[in-house]
Amino acid sequence: MLRIENLQAGIEGKQILKGINLDIKPGEVHAIMGPNGSGKSTLASVLAGRQDYTVTGGSVTFEGKDLLDLSPEARAAEGVFLGFQYPVEIPGLSTTNFVKTAVNEVRKYRGQEPLDAVSFLKMMKEKMALMEMDQVMLSRSLNEGFSGGEKKRNEIFQMAMLNPKLAILDETDSGLDIDAIRVVATGVNKLRSKDNAVLAITHYQRLLDYLVPDFVHVLWNGRIVKSGTKELALELEERGYDHIKAEIGQEVEA
Amino acid sequence: MMDEKLSIEEQVLSEYKYGFVTEIEADEAPKGLDESTIRFISAKKNEPQWMLDWRLKAFAQWQKMTEPNWANIDYPAINYQDIIYYSAPKQKITVDSLDDIDPELRKTFEKLGISLDEQKRLSGVAVDAVIDSVSIATTFKGQLAEQGIIFCSISEAIQDHPELVKKYLGSVVPATDNFFSALNAAVFSDGSFCYIPKGVRCPMELSTYFRINAQGTGQFERTLLIADEGAYVSYLEGCTAPMRDENQLHAAVVELIAMDDAEIKYSTVQNWYPGDKDGKGGIYNFVTKRGICHHRAKISWTQVETGSSITWKYPSVILKGDNSTGEFYSVAVTNNHQQADTGTKIQHLGKNTRSRIVSKGISAGVSQNSYRGLVHVSKKADNARNYSQCDSLLLGDKCGAHTFPYIEVKNNTAVVEHEATTSKVGEDQIFYCNQRGIDTETAVALIINGFAREVMNQLPMEFAVEAQKLLAISLEGSVG
Repeated sequence: MLRIENLQAGIEGKQILKGINLDIKPGEVHAIMGPNGSGKSTLASVLAGRQDYTVTGGSVTFEGKDLLDLSPEARAAEGVFLGFQYPVEIPGLSTTNFVKTAVNEVRKYRGQEPLDAVSFLKMMKEKMALMEMDQVMLSRSLNEGFSGGEKKRNEIFQMAMLNPKLAILDETDSGLDIDAIRVVATGVNKLRSKDNAVLAITHYQRLLDYLVPDFVHVLWNGRIVKSGTKELALELEERGYDHIKAEIGQEVEA
Repeated sequence: MMDEKLSIEEQVLSEYKYGFVTEIEADEAPKGLDESTIRFISAKKNEPQWMLDWRLKAFAQWQKMTEPNWANIDYPAINYQDIIYYSAPKQKITVDSLDDIDPELRKTFEKLGISLDEQKRLSGVAVDAVIDSVSIATTFKGQLAEQGIIFCSISEAIQDHPELVKKYLGSVVPATDNFFSALNAAVFSDGSFCYIPKGVRCPMELSTYFRINAQGTGQFERTLLIADEGAYVSYLEGCTAPMRDENQLHAAVVELIAMDDAEIKYSTVQNWYPGDKDGKGGIYNFVTKRGICHHRAKISWTQVETGSSITWKYPSVILKGDNSTGEFYSVAVTNNHQQADTGTKIQHLGKNTRSRIVSKGISAGVSQNSYRGLVHVSKKADNARNYSQCDSLLLGDKCGAHTFPYIEVKNNTAVVEHEATTSKVGEDQIFYCNQRGIDTETAVALIINGFAREVMNQLPMEFAVEAQKLLAISLEGSVG
């Protein structure tokens, strides 16, 4: 589904990603872990098409298409979803209106008719229940005055509405207490199928207690330096990133 | 990042879609302004002597006045002798049936998206249409007359209801109020007149569409609206003009009178030609709007200002009666080289008077957008309340937003609140929308309409949708 080959990217002339290789197949959950500044969020931003970043080398293929060649909105319509670390507030724009516009723009891209109000509401109710969300929240301005937990829940709600093939969750667990993490992870689990995949970016292991990864990758200084199964996450939690540093220190500095 | 900024600038050009010219023969006054021009206009309209005298008096005053220069706008001096003060489409002026309208004119209205026929049949909105200087058609007259409502052009009102016109014309905005109102009083050629009798709730939205068509002309319309005791009316005006290289002057006066327990809701969707992306051409819009509230009366101004190269406009309310209420809701959009200095003036004179001001300024391009408002609480106005909120939204980094709130309180029981915010449409907001599959144009429209929602909600339903689209069009491509 997604193949990243030797991806290099940076911002304002500073190289951050120094050759990422990653292969994600349908039905898989991948976790990317790493200390602050290792390039985790940069990877998420580059995949989603944030223009602040410049790709200097390598390639990204998504469902056979050159992802880097597509605009951010086309990537979204092709089925790439990014759950933001810091969801953005838009005052005066209701979440309902926002999501409705998004759903219909994506449908337009795919050559489908816009959803009528009744079908849209029905779908919204379904997904709201899935995320244990209150209808009141959807009529409020998008993310404005939302708590950290509400914002993240809203992200997964949007993911449910857009039904992406690949969901990239950028530190979705940051700033959340354990209950909120559980709700968010449970939501994501409910959305999983053999046809879609999840790329979870996280600093801590605790999200992975609920969202169990098939593969765990350690990102360090712009490179994936170690890959393994969920046990690797536990090992990291236990021994810390310093241990990894000692283990692979030599080649990272090189 | 730099590329992004450039593309923002590049894209700050929106097409004005009402910029067509209609080929209709016009009957015009010679260029320039002196007493003979005024006599010409008055004679053309077959006016009684008192009307001519009123105009001449205003003209004499105007000659002694100087153009105001306190507003935060900058434009070359206007040559008042280089303007045609009267231009009328050559056709029968009084039309009883819409079928009598010149087909070219009819096409104009269709292009404007206001097919008079459609309006008449479907939406139940009564329309008075003013092209250049004269009123072309007023719909639904008969039906309104059944309830004693008078809705016609002001020229007709001068002929048919002189007692009302004499009593109220200039009673809220005296001819000599300011430079532009004096000019208007001298040369106004038409406009709308409306009277709602005691206790009558006007059954439909009343609406006026203003259109400047002829070249080199100024438009000076005058609107007079009276809601008698306990009456209610909702009124909407819309305006467009062709694209011209020259600047055209528009100096209108609107007077509202809300008698005891009456309520007037006055909404404006102003979309005069704003000039091209280099600031060439466009309408100079110098407008005086004011209403007076008697006991327990309410006047609510709502305006969506997207057009004109210069907007100088302060719809005001005099809260004369006790327990009366004044409201001002405004969205002003400036793009490219547009300049807007707009706001309101609320005079609390009566006891327990309340006012609410919500102003939303949106600036893009290299435009300048100013809110200027005065809240005055007089000595006798016990327990006056005012709440003002002024928000500015910036697109790009070459435009300006300014807020000039003036508060004068002479009674210590007054409670006056003022809040102001300034924000920018962020790249983050746009990217967030993009990532959900929403393209940048649509994203900007969503953000802008969200920002303006509180004001848009005040518009009558039929026009809110239109106004929303207009906001989106005015700012098309303002952010890359």
